[in-house]
Amino acid sequence: MAQKVSIRIDGEYVGAKEGQTILEVARKAGKYIPALCYMEGLSAVGACRLCIVEVSGVGRLLPACTTPVQDGMSVTTNSEKLARYRRMVVDFLLSERNHYCAVCVSNGHCELQGLAQKFGITHVHYGYGYPKMPVDLSHERFVLDHNRCILCTRCVRVCAEVEGAHVWDTASRGIRTMLTGELNRPWGAIRSCTGCGKCVQVCPTGAMAEKGWAVEEMTKRSDSISWLATQRGGRE
Amino acid sequence: MEKIVINPVTRIEGHAKITIHLNPDGRVSRTHFHVTQVRGFEKFTEGRPYYEMPAITARICGICPISHLLASVKACDEIMAVRVPPTAAKLRELLHCGQFIQSHALSFFHLSAPDLLLGMDSDPARRNVLGLLDKYPDIARDGIALRKFGQCVIQRLAKERVHPSWTVPGGVNAPLEPGAREEMLKELPGAKAIARRTLALFKSVVDEFQEEIENFGTDPTMYAGLVDHGGRLQLYDGRIRFMDSEGTVLSEVDTPASYADYIGEASLPDSYLKAPYYKPAGYAGGVYRVGPLARLNVADSCGTPEADHEFGEYHQRFGRVVQSSFQYHYARLIEALYAIEKAEMLLSDPSILGKHVRAKAGVNALEGVGIAEAPRGILIHHYRVDEKGAIQWANLIIATGHNNLAMNRSIEQVSRHFVDGSRLKEGMLNRVSAVVRAYDPCLSCSTHALGQTALRIQLIAADGTVTDELRT
Repeated sequence: MAQKVSIRIDGEYVGAKEGQTILEVARKAGKYIPALCYMEGLSAVGACRLCIVEVSGVGRLLPACTTPVQDGMSVTTNSEKLARYRRMVVDFLLSERNHYCAVCVSNGHCELQGLAQKFGITHVHYGYGYPKMPVDLSHERFVLDHNRCILCTRCVRVCAEVEGAHVWDTASRGIRTMLTGELNRPWGAIRSCTGCGKCVQVCPTGAMAEKGWAVEEMTKRSDSISWLATQRGGRE
Repeated sequence: MEKIVINPVTRIEGHAKITIHLNPDGRVSRTHFHVTQVRGFEKFTEGRPYYEMPAITARICGICPISHLLASVKACDEIMAVRVPPTAAKLRELLHCGQFIQSHALSFFHLSAPDLLLGMDSDPARRNVLGLLDKYPDIARDGIALRKFGQCVIQRLAKERVHPSWTVPGGVNAPLEPGAREEMLKELPGAKAIARRTLALFKSVVDEFQEEIENFGTDPTMYAGLVDHGGRLQLYDGRIRFMDSEGTVLSEVDTPASYADYIGEASLPDSYLKAPYYKPAGYAGGVYRVGPLARLNVADSCGTPEADHEFGEYHQRFGRVVQSSFQYHYARLIEALYAIEKAEMLLSDPSILGKHVRAKAGVNALEGVGIAEAPRGILIHHYRVDEKGAIQWANLIIATGHNNLAMNRSIEQVSRHFVDGSRLKEGMLNRVSAVVRAYDPCLSCSTHALGQTALRIQLIAADGTVTDELRT
């Protein structure tokens, strides 16, 4: 039985269990912390840095999704400083690849776009990279558009941890990092892919989508994948 | 030799300039119409999934996105090799009627009416829609109301007025709501009354423009427009009919894919706008016009009662084949009335409320051509894809492009008649701009380009220095 701990979130005392992360505890307590790479039911990787929080006595910002709670911890989930950094993160994501919402299948249903709107991002403050990115249309039913990928790796984890196929991974480093499947084969040629579409459903943007949907038509069902994931292995 | 440059030309859609070369005695020797923007939609769409093309190419234009959407979804329908459900085809046509109504209202009231009603030589500072509102508030309000009606038709069907996502490859993505149909039918009589009033107004003033009628691009050309099997005017779907200046039908294009047998495209050294020509006649002799003037020339009738009545009167007054580009305005107003009547017919058809509005399929053909009439003339979208559906090649021929050669000729004719370099007046140059406006060119569309909206005229001396420049 995990030991009970008590922490303060934005000044309120909240009960938690040892081993839980700040994000889990805060969300359970009804606190809003934005996140793109985190998804309930999947392992946390702290990739997107949107869930950063301030912890008293710690000189740097910590990702809530990978930081375990400690007894007596005092966490701030919202401040001017956090808002500034979170906006910066979304700014970077938007400038890194080619995100043209107006012509995207996920326009209106995109988590990245939703956060940009929530944060009031009307302009991107960094120079656009305009990288030349491939579009993989080789799969019969799905499309992978690297232009819209934010490397959250939800697809990597859902495939490995829930479907058990581990088709996806990341290749290269830094700004050259790319999603890759089965030693860099086109999706349509990947033999380990079961075609279940979980990766598509958890993708927060229009990077992975079902083929044939016109602009604005692709809606994702990440909630049902989360539900499925939490039912596996007796997890809560 | 001197040169006058009109740069930018105003009250048109897109960015252009005109250069007028003068002889030493101040008379016009030759003219050039330059479209000064380049965009590259055909290039940067390479590699994109074909079903994104409607949304991407619609961004070519904010005024006629519906026409691009329709030509694009029609090309995609061909790639999927599907039959669009009949209700969806009717809904698309109804949407296009809304587009014609709003675009024609914009062209006539907002862009050209200041020339026609306030006068070609009136104060340029007041020669705009605000000046019109001041002097003829009822007419200006009519224009705004008519355009609003067209935009509301688009909004009621497609949920958004500009760049909607409702038209999709295979049909449309939602059926028409009965309530929206009622609303449109309720608003329709008001719009029809405006179209009637405006036609009556135009007919009462058209004779005052005798000099313009005789000199605004009267060189005979061929004409091209879409007609149905009965030779009636078509906006959404039909066969391209080519007609010579005497009224003889030269050919009808049976299948969209064979357009390239009839239309060649030449590049001009001084413009980013390519110059399509009627291939069987060759580049030099293949000048044809598209748009309202051409459509009413090639069609045997409109196919709606009131528009047909106006069609008859129009041809009685100006002949079976109307040559003067000034009459683009007249033809445009008849088409606005036609679009309202056609919308009424479609809305009154009970099957318009059908629920089956989309056919679904993957890639079944590697090439697709979509042809529709845009408000400014024939619009062609032609795509090639690989087996996976990635665009390999795209060719877009835009309405204004077809008119490029004819527009150049009209500019030269107007300049020769009205421009006197020895005593240059603003009104002279405004007539040069006005002939461009008669064509209602959309230059952003035609080059699929980016730029500012305007047109300039320059006066250049024999040694090449610009001695005068006018921003109209």
